[in-house]
Amino acid sequence: MSILGNRVRRKEDPRFLRGEGRYVENLPLEGALAVTFVRSLYAHAAINGVDASAAEALPNVQVITAADMDLAPYGPPPFPGLNTAMGRPLLAGDRVRFVGDIVAIVVSGDRATGADAAELVMVDYDPLPAVVRPEDAAKDEVLLFPDAGTNVAGGSGSADHDPALFEGCDVVVTGTLDSTRMAPCPLEPRSAAAEVGPDGRVTAWLSTQTPHQDRMVLAGTLGLDPAEIRVVAPDVGGGFGAKMLNVEEILVVWLARRLGRPVRWTETRSESMVALPHGRAQRLDFTIGGTRDGKVLAYRLDSLQDAGAYPSLGAFLPNLTALMSSGVYAIPKIEFEGRAVVTNTTQIAAFRGAGRPEASQAIEHALDVFAAELGMDPAEVRRRNFIPKDSFPYTTVTHAAYDSGDYEGALDLVVRSAGYDELRAEQRRRRDAGGPLQLGIGVSSYVEITNGIDETEFGEVEITPDGNAIVRTGSFSHGQGHETTFAMIAAERLGMPVENVTVQKGDTDDVAKGTGTYGSKSTQIGGAAARGAADKVVEQAKQLVADYLEASAADIVLDPALGHLHVAGDPAVALSWADLAARASADERISELKADHEFKSSPTFPFGAHVAVVEVDTETGRVELQRLIAVDDAGTLVNPMIAEGQVHGGVATGASQALYEQVVYDDDGNPLTGTFVGYAFPSAADLPSFEAVEMETPTPVNELGAKGIGESGTIGATPAVHSAVLDALSPLGVRHIDMPANGENVWRAIQEAKA
Amino acid sequence: MTRIAVTVNGSRHEADVEPRQLLVYFLRDQLGMKGTNVGCDTTSCGACTVLIDGESVKSCTVLAVQADGSEVTTIEGLADGDELHPMQQAFHEQHGLQCGYCTPGFVMAAVSLLKENPDPTEEEIRHGLEGNLCRCTGYHNIVRAVQAAARAGA
Amino acid sequence: MIPAGFEYARAGSVDEAVELLGGDADAKLLAGGHSLIPLLRLRFARPSLLVDIGRLEELRYVKEDGDRIAIGALTRHADLVRDPVLAKHCAVVSTAAEGIGDPQVRHRGTIGGSIAHGDPASDLATIAITLDADLVLRGPGGERTVTAADFFTGMFETALGPQELLTEIRVPKVATATYLKHARRSHDWATVGVAAAHVDGRVQVGLTSMGATPLRARSVEEAFAGGASAADAAAHAGDGTSPPSDVNASAEYRAHLAQVLVRRALEAV
Repeated sequence: MSILGNRVRRKEDPRFLRGEGRYVENLPLEGALAVTFVRSLYAHAAINGVDASAAEALPNVQVITAADMDLAPYGPPPFPGLNTAMGRPLLAGDRVRFVGDIVAIVVSGDRATGADAAELVMVDYDPLPAVVRPEDAAKDEVLLFPDAGTNVAGGSGSADHDPALFEGCDVVVTGTLDSTRMAPCPLEPRSAAAEVGPDGRVTAWLSTQTPHQDRMVLAGTLGLDPAEIRVVAPDVGGGFGAKMLNVEEILVVWLARRLGRPVRWTETRSESMVALPHGRAQRLDFTIGGTRDGKVLAYRLDSLQDAGAYPSLGAFLPNLTALMSSGVYAIPKIEFEGRAVVTNTTQIAAFRGAGRPEASQAIEHALDVFAAELGMDPAEVRRRNFIPKDSFPYTTVTHAAYDSGDYEGALDLVVRSAGYDELRAEQRRRRDAGGPLQLGIGVSSYVEITNGIDETEFGEVEITPDGNAIVRTGSFSHGQGHETTFAMIAAERLGMPVENVTVQKGDTDDVAKGTGTYGSKSTQIGGAAARGAADKVVEQAKQLVADYLEASAADIVLDPALGHLHVAGDPAVALSWADLAARASADERISELKADHEFKSSPTFPFGAHVAVVEVDTETGRVELQRLIAVDDAGTLVNPMIAEGQVHGGVATGASQALYEQVVYDDDGNPLTGTFVGYAFPSAADLPSFEAVEMETPTPVNELGAKGIGESGTIGATPAVHSAVLDALSPLGVRHIDMPANGENVWRAIQEAKA
Repeated sequence: MTRIAVTVNGSRHEADVEPRQLLVYFLRDQLGMKGTNVGCDTTSCGACTVLIDGESVKSCTVLAVQADGSEVTTIEGLADGDELHPMQQAFHEQHGLQCGYCTPGFVMAAVSLLKENPDPTEEEIRHGLEGNLCRCTGYHNIVRAVQAAARAGA
Repeated sequence: MIPAGFEYARAGSVDEAVELLGGDADAKLLAGGHSLIPLLRLRFARPSLLVDIGRLEELRYVKEDGDRIAIGALTRHADLVRDPVLAKHCAVVSTAAEGIGDPQVRHRGTIGGSIAHGDPASDLATIAITLDADLVLRGPGGERTVTAADFFTGMFETALGPQELLTEIRVPKVATATYLKHARRSHDWATVGVAAAHVDGRVQVGLTSMGATPLRARSVEEAFAGGASAADAAAHAGDGTSPPSDVNASAEYRAHLAQVLVRRALEAV
């Protein structure tokens, strides 16, 4: 009986439950100086000068400014199409471009003095007009980078419209959806510490998702050999795509080397809300056309991506939106144009979904608008356009090569699980009764892409002298439970109890290489790499056993139930892992029980369908999410408990984009949602329990059959919840509502429909 | 500096503190107890929740001087040696944690909640935890954990 | 996250607190700290001295006093939620207290602190003004009583003198009253709150977050007393208000919410 597919409780839990989490801020670092960043209070301004004398008058305070900086501007990342004239100075010298840009660094003996000194750093600003809305930035009237001559930071697709695109369509409808700007809000704000060792190597402890990649970027930025840098990501309190190397981490490592003293910076939440990159912020204009009987024939999507002040990953994300724009539907013709522009706001990078939620939100809303125009049930319109189950592998006209799927099966399952017909009947009763509390039902179908750029991951398995196993993975866990999932994967191959397998990650000195975790790719490539390494260890163990039993390696088998190796047909003479390890240790052959493996594969395409049920108070605009039923098919599940946990968290974030969260700036670029008071991150009291329904359609691209699960819930939930609110209001003539579709935006939509 | 005496997890600590020292930094930096985390600066997230005289409070919104003479319980004081507190055990069994950062605060808030209401409904649990934020779990399994702990008489 | 430095003194009595306040023009009172410490942490407030009255147990009580209920200023929100006297005679205080913040906040925050802060978003301040509460103040010249209507003088401004502190809140016994609160999230401040209560044979209505101070909706009260329907009376909800526009809501939406909630509150009482 394989351990895979079981709800194994997490091995990593006890240290967190006991308050023994090893977050960067918790690490002992004797004599570390405190780093405090002085950040711009203006969205756009010229800097005339910085006077640090009052700050430096405090005991043990040193202030560092752009004049001290010897490193080149950072970024944009090397993605195709990004404007390379828009790098970010590590310390702003003559100009700040968003509230939060770093103007100076205070180094102090302790954190409190750092906070006192930071207030005393006097920066002489000359405010410049701020460009806050991407529509305004696209006009190129006020330029963030005058030398670049434009605010356009990146783009994809073509501005040329095919005049014949919608030929043959009976019905053509258009619409707009703003995929609102969100703050990722990992509960642990970032923290970074660095120290130069006696050998001159620098160790950086980072709250990051990508330790190995960070080491490479640090080396490149600081002009060092990667071997001179050790990056350690200890426990990391959530990332959601946002925790990858940025200027703060570079500055901390630079400071440690410059000062020759250990240093540590820990972000405050207010700082994090402006400094940690945001996500989404795409304006989506769509046109969809098809036949009267509900068949979509053509679709056009134009995306305007707000890249924030300095182009980062966000400026590239419309490419993913383009790739996934067809959704789960067989659409014969699709046109896409994406443009990214810089604005005087926080940078945009990856956030749970990263480019795919935008694609899903656009096509799902477009289908709803199309269905409404036809007077057809939204679930029925979806059925008429699904890519059929028997057509995989299937390549969309946008060149996404879907591996496996059963989109109609997912919709049928979620509709059945939700009790869709009864919900519609209840909705009719409420509409007939005519009270203020109306019911809305939203349906979404989605497909997404994980391991989108065919990445390779590293895994290593080593048998210890006591016969246990260590798995080293280049993947990283900041809440995803790798210490359990990857242990299960290796344990299954080794025939070892999962308790005997320890997973190590995050230390570039311990794990030879890796890519880290983002884009929901951990299990499918990292897990597969660990599996491959375990298989190699078993093969090598067979050779060793063959030597000890004076047999041929080809005749040695592993009994996976007992973890014994023996000659086939002769289980009585067997070596357990403990026996073998003890003997190999004594013979100094233990190193033969260690192997690594790199696994590379094409992407997988997780999919699913969600139904959301909301109650809308049509007088106040208040929306209560009552039910969220989610079918999220991520292929074969290694640990359904952990996978469900990913779905729950993902669904909460997806629902929250639809109902609560939005980063807001005023016209001068001042953030109005710069704390958890202003930014409407929901609590348990604002969300219901979720109904996750299992469905498993394996992928053929890895032997685990596993796809990604981290972002699915988010991608499916937003359009379902948004659609549910619109559905509740449809008798009032409401066809459009901005997210967050709650409170004031609901009231406004009703007012506009009345007008 | 002001002299205070605080009993933390049963041990009495006397210390000189700056009046502006927040209780959470007193615990973390002066007593070296790093289990209580800081997740915000606006009394919103509840990551720093501890018990003062048995009631949940956000230790970022209490000055150390205000805790003088009080009994403080932190996440480190919950387990009985190797044995987890029933609330910790329930979070483990129900997969009520992922990245673990909000977990100490949630566990402490939940312990306080059940003390005041040993048999809460789901709605009462959700409202009882409205002072704590979690980005990973969507709260689903946290609610399950508190329900399980209530059933176990935690 | 870290407050600017200040001195600290713990008062052993109300008189001592008055005396300590007199010694420093930039001194602030610290009760539960749940309005003040957030401001200190963001350095929006920078007092030179904090006078801690949080331990004055003599100001932590709820008791009947004839046809009134006397509530000590240091009574915590959590105490108000579960108080049997209030449950029997003035449950709307408990209802409003239960909606404040979250359990941790309610364990520390006090009714006196909430009212003395002068925040137009304070639910308990709206209850006080709706019920015509009497507020007992103590200062160097002794004790004086002001009505809630006279207490709130502006945004974060009250009738409290520099050396005065609020010691007691006196509310009438009311049989029917309600408090309706609309907020973005469960634990948020009120986007708009509406209280309605039968006081002395008349329905009185108060508004949260609809102006610089908690407000009475007097023209609503007059219309309703004059026989107007709840809906017709509620049409006056915006009279005399100046709702703010902020990240929670625009002024127009607040005005709309006030009208809906006033109608519902009137229907409920």
